[in-house]
This record gives sequence, structure tokens and C-alpha cells, in this order.
Amino acid sequence: MTEWLEDGYDYLRDKMLDGIAEVGRIAMLVGDTFRKLGRGLRSFGLIVDQMDHIGVQSLMLVFIVSLFTGAVAAVQAGYQFANVVPLKFIGSVILRSVIIELGPVLTALIVGGRVGASIAAELGTMRVTEQIDALDAMAINPVRYLVVPRVIAALVMLPVLTIMANTIAIVGGWIVCLTTLDVSTHTYVTSMKTFFFMKDLWSGLIKAFFFGGIIAWMGCYYGFRTEGGAEGVGIATTRAVVSSCVLVLISDYVLANVLFRFIFTP
Amino acid sequence: MIKIRDLKIRLGKKQVLNGVDLDIPTGKTVVVMGRSGTGKSVLFKNIIGLMHPDSGSIEVDGQEVVGIPEKELNEVRKRFGVLFQSGALFDSMTVGENVGLPLREHTKLPDAEIRKRVADRLEWVGLKGVEAMKPASLSGGMRKRVGLARAIAMDPAYILYDEPTTGLDPIMSDVINRLIRSLQERIGVTSIVVTHDMNSAYHVADEMALLNEGRVVFTGTPDEARSTSDPIVRQFIEGSSEGPIKPL
Ligand SMILES: Nc1ncnc2c1ncn2[C@@H]1O[C@H](COP(=O)(O)OP(=O)(O)OP(=O)(O)O)[C@@H](O)[C@H]1O
Ligand SMILES: [Mg+2]
Repeated sequence: MTEWLEDGYDYLRDKMLDGIAEVGRIAMLVGDTFRKLGRGLRSFGLIVDQMDHIGVQSLMLVFIVSLFTGAVAAVQAGYQFANVVPLKFIGSVILRSVIIELGPVLTALIVGGRVGASIAAELGTMRVTEQIDALDAMAINPVRYLVVPRVIAALVMLPVLTIMANTIAIVGGWIVCLTTLDVSTHTYVTSMKTFFFMKDLWSGLIKAFFFGGIIAWMGCYYGFRTEGGAEGVGIATTRAVVSSCVLVLISDYVLANVLFRFIFTP
Repeated sequence: MIKIRDLKIRLGKKQVLNGVDLDIPTGKTVVVMGRSGTGKSVLFKNIIGLMHPDSGSIEVDGQEVVGIPEKELNEVRKRFGVLFQSGALFDSMTVGENVGLPLREHTKLPDAEIRKRVADRLEWVGLKGVEAMKPASLSGGMRKRVGLARAIAMDPAYILYDEPTTGLDPIMSDVINRLIRSLQERIGVTSIVVTHDMNSAYHVADEMALLNEGRVVFTGTPDEARSTSDPIVRQFIEGSSEGPIKPL
């Protein structure tokens, strides 16, 4: 019985130390990225490639998801408002929930799935086929060459995609209002205008910026640490996606607190 | 001149290198032989700082490279051309971009000049005009030769070859062997060739070294290797399963 307890204790302790070490290694990768930022920025072509890959190629997915997000927000608001709140407020509710939460978070989650996975799979394959070693051997720093362009592209593209997602979600909500809720365009727009605050939009975009960093760094980190062939690449991909989604939600909570309590105080 | 002294590295539970001593004189080709899994690739990765030994020293042209900061290490690495066992081509790039990458990264040569140099190096390895192909559409042997073209793009002072002929047909092996020799004659390059292809070893070696159980157990010229009575060396060059080296 005590042996069993000791095994359990050892297991938990090892897990915990592993976790701490992992956080440390991620922090080192982030630090390394900043150190290589100057030289990395000069490889403009690499950054543009990644912007295309992370941003442009995610457009269709973001479009569909946000259209339905806006539509669902409208349907839900319509249902919950019934006989409680006048429907003329629906525009502002959709607008604010979209630009503060739904737009940035859902964009980050779907881009995290798509882009986080592809970064981890690509870098993981490069690791197991010695391509990253080859970069090192050619005196080309892999963080500068591979991580910096991806991180910069994600930091720029996530806010851009979020602006797009916001716009389309609002259109999605508008379509539902017109077609099923009997709310006119004029009412919808007026309500949005009355309750629009610039700080709401900013808070969403600031969050998107952080989410972009999380997605790119998680993909790069797990990609770089891949070992053991195709199976290892699969594991790295899963870890990158799961960790970026979890971190997006946790940091959303933290950022919401920081932003609305200390920066955009009411 | 590369001087390796008492190099030790432990990976997982295995003491892979256990006191390697080896000299690679300038302008010579040294072949490192050894069974699969004896740590030839590990030795090779230690030399260019891809793996870091637990102890010991590696001097390149009199400069210690173990434990130096990355900036200095990169200056040393620029003097090396490296052919990886698997070729290690970047599969997101074309063949031409692969071979030209070190030139684009480390020189200010104009594009036209780089293209010319790339075409030239591809011709050396017998692959004229494949610049636009993607590595994925090449055969294993072609990939290795593109890797070699990339390794020599910068006119390195040292070339490390990890199994340059494994997986090639006999004719192409001979082409590579001749190429290794001619590079030595043409640009006076110093080479380390890791291989267990005895044919290739005899062809290119000025000196041979046999790695066994984490140590260099024999060094000598090809003639000395042929005539030695050392049972380990005999067993290895005769390719026999009977003798002091146990299979498994
Ligand atoms: N990153 C690593 N982590 C743990 N063990 C390793 C690592 N790399 C190599 N090894 C171990 O080191 C030993 C030597 O490997 P190495 O690749 O150097 O062999 P090799 O002599 O090049 O063989 P081959 O001729 O098949 O290429 C092997 O037992 C291998 O399992
Ligand atoms: Mg090997």
C-alpha cells in the first residue's frame, strides 16, 4: 500500500517538474524569438509567405464560421429577449458580444486548429528529417528563419482576421434579424451605433494579437521538440492544437480582467 | 586541421561516445567506419555543434568549438559543408533554392551569380538542369546528390559526409567517390567521410578510422588497414559475423 502511494507521489512530482520545465522552455523560445526579431524582420519574403498561409488561406473558414456565429447570436438573443427586453436592442447585443468575445475567441480557436496544426506538422517533419539540423549546420538560426516569420505573421493576421470575422458576424446577425425576427435594418444599425464603444473593439483586437502569438509559438514549440518519426509529428500536432486552444481560453479570461479593470476602466 | 580529444557523450542510457580521439589533417580525407549504431552520426553532429558532448574537446584550426557561444560557432560552421545521411533537403523549396540557400543567406552575391553557381554545383554532382524540381519528386540517390551540391555551394574548407554512397547504385557510388576525390584535389578541401561502404572507403580515404564501442580503435592508411592483423579491423573489413565484434 505505501509503495503504491510512493509510486503515485513520484509520478505526480515528475509530472509537475515536467510541467515547470515545459513552461521554462516555452519562455526561452519566446525570449529567443525576441532576440532574433531584428534580423528576422529583414527576411520580408518569409513573413509574407506566412501571412498568406496563416491569414489569406484562413479566410474562407473564418467567413463561414463568423457568418453562422452572428446568425446564432441573433437567434439566441431573439429567443432570450422575448417578452423581457425590446428587440430594438438586439443590434447592440450582437455587436458587443461579437467584437469583445465571439469574434476574437472563435477566430483564434479555428485558426489555432488550422494553423497551429500545420505549423507543428511542418516544423515537426523538418525536425525528424534533419532539416532543422541542416539549417543549424549552415549557420542559419532556425528560430530566426522559421519561428520569427510565423510569429510575426500570426501577430498581424489574427487581428486582421478578427476584424473580418466581426464584420461578417454582424452581417450574419443582420440577415437573421431581417428574415426571422422582424427587426428592420434601421433599428439594427441605430442600436449598434448607440452602444458602440471604441474600447470594446480595441479590447477584442488586443486579445486577438495575444492569441496570434499563442498559436504561432505553440505550433513552433511543439514542432521543434518533435522526436520519433511520423508518430512524433502526430503527437506534436495534437499537443500544439490542444495547448493553443486551452491557452487562448485561459488568456481570454486573464486579458478580460486586465483590460476591463485596469486599462479600459468603465 | 580538426583535433578531437577524449570526446564523451551519453544519450539516454547509452554511453555512445566514450573517449574518442581523432585527428583530421588539413587537405586529407579521413573515413570513419563503424557498425550501424556505433555513433558515427553522433560524432559528426558533435563536430558541427548540433549535439554537445558531456566532456572532451574539438579543435578546428586551433580553435576550441565545444561550448563556444552560438555566434562564434556559426562562424566556424560557415567553413563547413555538411551532407546529411538523409540529404535533409528543405521540401518546401525547389532544388535550386535548396542549393542556393546558404549563398542567399551568407553572401551578397546578385541573383544571377547565385543561379550560375547553383547550376555549376548541380552539374558537378551530375544533376544538370533539375533546379525547378521539388525534393519530393527526386529519388533517394538524387536527393543525396542535391544535398552534396548544397554542401559545396559555399566552397567550404571542410566537408562532412554522412554515408554519401549508401542507397546509391554502384555507378552513382563511383561518381560520388570520384567527386569526393576531385573536390579534395580541386579545392583542397579537408573531409570526414562516415560510411560502412568499404569499397567507397578504400576509394576516397587518405586515412581510415574505425569506431567501435565508443572509441576509435584503429587509425591508419588504407594499406595499413588491409594488412593489419588487428582482429577487430579484420572482422570489419572482411564483413564477418565471427570475431571480437558481436553482432546484435
Ligand atoms: N537524439 C538521440 N537520443 C538518444 N539516443 C540517440 C540519439 N541519437 C542517436 N542515439 C543513439 O546513439 C547511437 C548511435 O547512433 P548513430 O545515429 O550515431 O549511429 P550510426 O553509427 O550513425 O549508425 P548508422 O550507420 O546506422 O547511421 C544509437 O544507439 C542511437 O540509438
Ligand atoms: Mg548514421
